[in-house]
Amino acid sequence: MKSLLSVLLLIVAGCMILASPGAPAVLTVAAQGRATATNVPIIPHESAPNFFRLPAGVYTGENMGIATNSKGHIFIFHRSGETRLYEYDEKGVFVKEIGRGNYGFAFAHSVRVDAQDNIWAVDEGTNMIIKFNPEGTKILMTIGRRPDPLAQTANMPGNGGATYANKPYEFGRPTDVAFDARGNIFVSDGYDDARVAKYDKDGRFVKSAGTRGNGQGQLNTPHTIAADAAGNIYIGDRGNARVQVWDNDLNFKAAYTNVGNPWAVCVSGGAHQYLYVSNSWPDSAPAGSVDFTGEIYKMELDGKIIGKFGTAGKALGQFATTHQMDCRNPDVIFTAEINNWRSQKITLKPQAIKAAAQ
Amino acid sequence: MKHTLASALALSAALGLSALTVSISLMAQTSVPEIPFDSNADLFKMPQNTFLGEVAGVATNSKGNIFVYTRTGHAYATLGDSRTFYHAGSRLFEFSANGSFVRELGQDLYGFNAAQGLRVDPQDNIWTIDIGANQIVKFDPNGNVQLVLGRKPEAIGVRPAAPRGAPAESPAPGTPAGAGAARGARGAAPNTQGGAPGAALPEVPGAARGGRGAGAGTPGSAFSRPTDVAWDRSGNIFIADGIGNNNRIAKFDKDGKFLKSWGQTGAENGQFSGVRSMATDAQGNLYVADSGNKRIQVFDGEGNFKSQIADIGVPQAICISRGATQYLYSAHSGDPDGMIDATIYKIGLDGKVLGKFGSAGKLLKQFGLVNSIDCRSENELLVGEMTNWRVQKLTLRPGK
Repeated sequence: MKSLLSVLLLIVAGCMILASPGAPAVLTVAAQGRATATNVPIIPHESAPNFFRLPAGVYTGENMGIATNSKGHIFIFHRSGETRLYEYDEKGVFVKEIGRGNYGFAFAHSVRVDAQDNIWAVDEGTNMIIKFNPEGTKILMTIGRRPDPLAQTANMPGNGGATYANKPYEFGRPTDVAFDARGNIFVSDGYDDARVAKYDKDGRFVKSAGTRGNGQGQLNTPHTIAADAAGNIYIGDRGNARVQVWDNDLNFKAAYTNVGNPWAVCVSGGAHQYLYVSNSWPDSAPAGSVDFTGEIYKMELDGKIIGKFGTAGKALGQFATTHQMDCRNPDVIFTAEINNWRSQKITLKPQAIKAAAQ
Repeated sequence: MKHTLASALALSAALGLSALTVSISLMAQTSVPEIPFDSNADLFKMPQNTFLGEVAGVATNSKGNIFVYTRTGHAYATLGDSRTFYHAGSRLFEFSANGSFVRELGQDLYGFNAAQGLRVDPQDNIWTIDIGANQIVKFDPNGNVQLVLGRKPEAIGVRPAAPRGAPAESPAPGTPAGAGAARGARGAAPNTQGGAPGAALPEVPGAARGGRGAGAGTPGSAFSRPTDVAWDRSGNIFIADGIGNNNRIAKFDKDGKFLKSWGQTGAENGQFSGVRSMATDAQGNLYVADSGNKRIQVFDGEGNFKSQIADIGVPQAICISRGATQYLYSAHSGDPDGMIDATIYKIGLDGKVLGKFGSAGKLLKQFGLVNSIDCRSENELLVGEMTNWRVQKLTLRPGK
């Protein structure tokens, strides 16, 4: 109860800092909240040093998205001089670049690989979801529309803002994409809108749900999304410091409120699926939250916490700022980090779980 | 039909009344016969890391080579003395008839900013229409610039940044109040992206000198969001001008000397509400897609109104085939996303609607905001789409 109070105080303080005069008081969070779960066992983990190997003279910037395909190849969507998408083999060796210079790449946010190994990039600079074939050579589908370049020139130098009152085919800085077993597409949208939009496999709008707020089924920066084998979706409702579970028709089912502010969620492959949630150290790496953020939780799909691993920081095995995770193999977690300009391959040793030193 | 109705009803919750109107207009048009057709959306073999973006214009030359003018790559601004300059954003590609990549034309061209259209004239010159630069550029078949109509605005308009609540990656977005103000501003922003039938289109940013207010019938080549170009047999040039403030047709001689213009904003004969496309027939008559008024107006080469063609939805792109009997194809897009209400009509030059084909969507044989049609051959069409980032090659089978 005491820790809950402190979170609320933090939230209120955040409102006071951020709210401009005359703005209605709406829940905003200025700093990362502290997770309320206690006595969480520690899962020992190792990070493979220098796992990703790039050709000389090639760099990645802020690593925003990471995903693997069925062959173990790894895709990293990052903000470099341009926003770029790189493919690596299962050993971490650079294979090729995908989609360079296409009309939908401006400001990377997330990448996912679907069951057929198609590669989906989510770009919050162009408001586009872009589906590439598994080879990355062709664009098979786009959802959303890059705002009119002429209209945008009137908005220079950059504060264009959003128009999108939850339009079926336009997004307001979308954040992530997920797929169910039938190929339905779920888009978390986003920073400007506050909803989840559902499309069928052909890209046709089915429905959307969610409004801005902190009530049941409301969202405050839905930042990350994943689906389980039964078709439930897990939404990282980052601003509200909770993971929401919705059914396939976007009805609220449950909320997990004890694992901090979820920047990244991932539902593992395998017969027994797990949910991973990152309570990431915020992207400005504030000193004030370094001691109680950065950890990643391993949970059952029903919300029961199994353990956690990692802390905030810049050393190998630490995280700053985990922005997306891949967990195709529940014991091998790939993390993409904003502040550290890197991704890590993390191997978990869940059989050697340690009791938390709370 | 049941499915269409159901999805229209489902969407009406999100879209409001417009979706309902769309579903009604869908039902009204079911008497037009469907023309069977096939499609190939995988025609082009692109070089590595070269992609089509929004396909604004597609056209063939007499040898069958295909030219595509597309919004791809990235528009960027440079900061000058006290001004901001706008560059890039569109590219022009040439492919062979079988889709292999031939070359890129006009790399880093000054006026390649926001592609709007492309046509090839009878001498195989390539004409690009750019809505960002407010320019029409003529290339000879070798790719050399031969003629430029209109001038690109020197700099783009910049307005003060609206205050936002939070930086990009902070856990919470801006306050709703700040976002709301920005929403309002963007909500009034112009839409050059097709769809939005009859939408009001404010002044071109940074091109305030381009037009002289709504319906002023601007002389010369001060275009305001021009959309298309056509020619008569003596080589006179007609410019569809356009979806900005001018709402007129401008006529130039073959050397680019201004001759006359006609039209203004309105709904009467000879008036326009968004000129989106244009084509000439063998007699030199001019067919003008007056999208906001949901009609195609027909003029003689001097601008005298002859007739109009209605009941063809919202015409966004038109094309007149060659050959002894010419046909008019008109692409209709009734919703701003190209996902609810779209088809292409085949029309006799007398205005009789002969058939239609295709529907809205992202799959093969569906259309996402068709912005350009090539119909050099009556039953082999190339269709360029804005939202689906592709060209479809359609083979019509009207005999079946």
